[in-house]
Amino acid sequence: MPIKYAEEYRDKKLSKSLIQEIQKNSRKPVRLMEVCGTHTVSIFKHGIRSILPNTISLLSGPGCPVCVTAQGEIDAFIELSRKKGVIITTFGDLMRVPGSNSSLQKERAKGQDIRMVYSAFDALEIAKINPDKEVVFLGVGFETTAPTIAASVLSAQAMNLTNFSVISAHKQVVPALTALLQTKEVNINGFLLPGHVSVIIGAGAYRGFVKNYPIPCVIAGFEPVDILTGIHMLVKQIETGKKDLENAYPRAVTEEGNVKAQTLLNTVFQTGIATWRGIGLIPDSGLIFQKAYENFDATRRFQISYQQAPEPKGCACGEVLIGVKTPLDCALYKKTCTPIHPVGPCMVSSEGICAAYDKYHTG
Amino acid sequence: MTIDHILLDHGSGGKVSSAMIRNIMLPVFENPILSMLNDGANLEINGVRLAFSTDTYTVSPLFFPGGSIGDLAINGTVNDVSMCGARPLYLSVGMIIEEGFPIEELRRILFDMGKAARRADVLVVTGDTKVVPKGAADRIFINTSGIGWIPDGVDVGGEKARVGDQIILSGTIADHGMTILTQREGLTFDTGIRSDSAPLNHMVQSMLSVSRNIHVLRDPTRGGVGTTINEIALQSSVGIKIYEDRIPVKKEVAGICELLGFDPLYVANEGKLLAFLPPSEVEGVLSAIQKDPAGKDACVIGEVTDTRPGRVIMETRIGGERIVDMQTGEQLPRIC
Repeated sequence: MPIKYAEEYRDKKLSKSLIQEIQKNSRKPVRLMEVCGTHTVSIFKHGIRSILPNTISLLSGPGCPVCVTAQGEIDAFIELSRKKGVIITTFGDLMRVPGSNSSLQKERAKGQDIRMVYSAFDALEIAKINPDKEVVFLGVGFETTAPTIAASVLSAQAMNLTNFSVISAHKQVVPALTALLQTKEVNINGFLLPGHVSVIIGAGAYRGFVKNYPIPCVIAGFEPVDILTGIHMLVKQIETGKKDLENAYPRAVTEEGNVKAQTLLNTVFQTGIATWRGIGLIPDSGLIFQKAYENFDATRRFQISYQQAPEPKGCACGEVLIGVKTPLDCALYKKTCTPIHPVGPCMVSSEGICAAYDKYHTG
Repeated sequence: MTIDHILLDHGSGGKVSSAMIRNIMLPVFENPILSMLNDGANLEINGVRLAFSTDTYTVSPLFFPGGSIGDLAINGTVNDVSMCGARPLYLSVGMIIEEGFPIEELRRILFDMGKAARRADVLVVTGDTKVVPKGAADRIFINTSGIGWIPDGVDVGGEKARVGDQIILSGTIADHGMTILTQREGLTFDTGIRSDSAPLNHMVQSMLSVSRNIHVLRDPTRGGVGTTINEIALQSSVGIKIYEDRIPVKKEVAGICELLGFDPLYVANEGKLLAFLPPSEVEGVLSAIQKDPAGKDACVIGEVTDTRPGRVIMETRIGGERIVDMQTGEQLPRIC
């Protein structure tokens, strides 16, 4: 199963010529934010930071789904896993995230039934073969994952599967960008916009944002050539005083996006308020159940109310997530907060900024 | 938050496993042989040098493309003994079987073990079987221990890497780990990839017949190549530089890794080795490896440096640099 369209975007020659172009064009010191956690990891993995000119600082944004999940939500997941007769199904990233006093991984070691799945449809299968158990899927992620989870809810309804429900802790990217630019301390000269999310929502979804908050924005894919092209386009915009939306990932991202996926998403979910770690409450940035599907809402079924839980003492995840600090500025980084004993979620997720620094940063 | 229960991370072969071994286990048995923390123990009895190693096997599914728990249990221990530079000779087999386990499956496992032992030219000379009540074990667990003889002039160990040494990898990485992962219940991939489970003793013997000047031999099983070379960098207090574009990964395997967010550098292998040796020995040893069917893709992937002892740096395909750290725990599939 060779992955098409990957090798050619890892080309050494092409990358080198892009780096030369960036070096030639970049004069002003700029702060560029890659919004997506997959970008952060890819940038580190390919050693892109080590070959960019000093004028370019890359900041990682609030695009790691696990990292922006509020502490109160994590606590609620853990609480739910302790309920009798409940099977928790989740993507792997969430397993190690520390709540206020435990993690799903530790709960599993204590005997709670917590299963890692690759898709919400795997959770449906588990619900089918365990009719006497309540199977809850922890829906964490952005517009990329939400449509398949919506599809699983529709399938559950079609199958009359009454022991399946979902916690929708999903978040939407565009409102977060707006919230970032409304935050006083945030100092960003351009956004490298997430490729995967944009495949679903389309380039058009950012038009209103860029109109209201003019700032250079480039949608980019995840291979080194994609990322370097995106950075190159951002640098060119900044150097020439432009503040436009450009698409450096046209092989995957269209203006209107994946309409089918959007329809699925909008059938099951509607926008609602959401709490983001580090940013706080952002109106219209979450996805809550539509009335017609609220039977599948695990927060209703189990009467879950999220408690305000303080973030761990001294943890700078919040400021790291909005680009105000880097992990190196956090007093806990690599001292009390390590991948083995993570204090904050940015040290846990494979897409987390602190974990990426710890794993790849040559400093 | 402290860790007060055993997590799956403790069995991952990464940092969490290593901390458990150093903090809880080593102090109990403290002795200079164990403290070397090599794949097996190097012993000397009345002037005869021996290598002794043990490993326990648990895998789901029990049968997978390219092998089964049976040949894994033989090959794994044969390889651990071989990585001491020894010629493996005798093995023991211990089995813990869950009540209700089908005899037919036991026969198939034993058949695979017999075949693997003959292929590796080792004898199983002692064994033990325990049956536990249903639920007290997951179907079948197998332990094998092996003993081998270290020829004169052979002196390999994880602490013996020297600045300037070249690093040979004997073939493609991540085949075993990704095969198991895609075969697990619930993952419905049809990929055609196979485990690389194979005995490496014949390969090691032909390497040693070309050169006795091999410093380190290690099979990158659990934790993968990334974790293994970090162990060697630490044990030998040297820096290591590897080159991303030289590390062979089958296209299909790379594709699945990409899809699930796994880094092939940290995925298990069951029929590959890493060898550290002086540049003068590379040509001969490399061609000896390449003559073995399991070594046809062998190549030099990096070298030992005097910069940043204990650290592994990788030059990426596009010419950047990054750290390759030891894996922390189990790799977990990502969200998007």
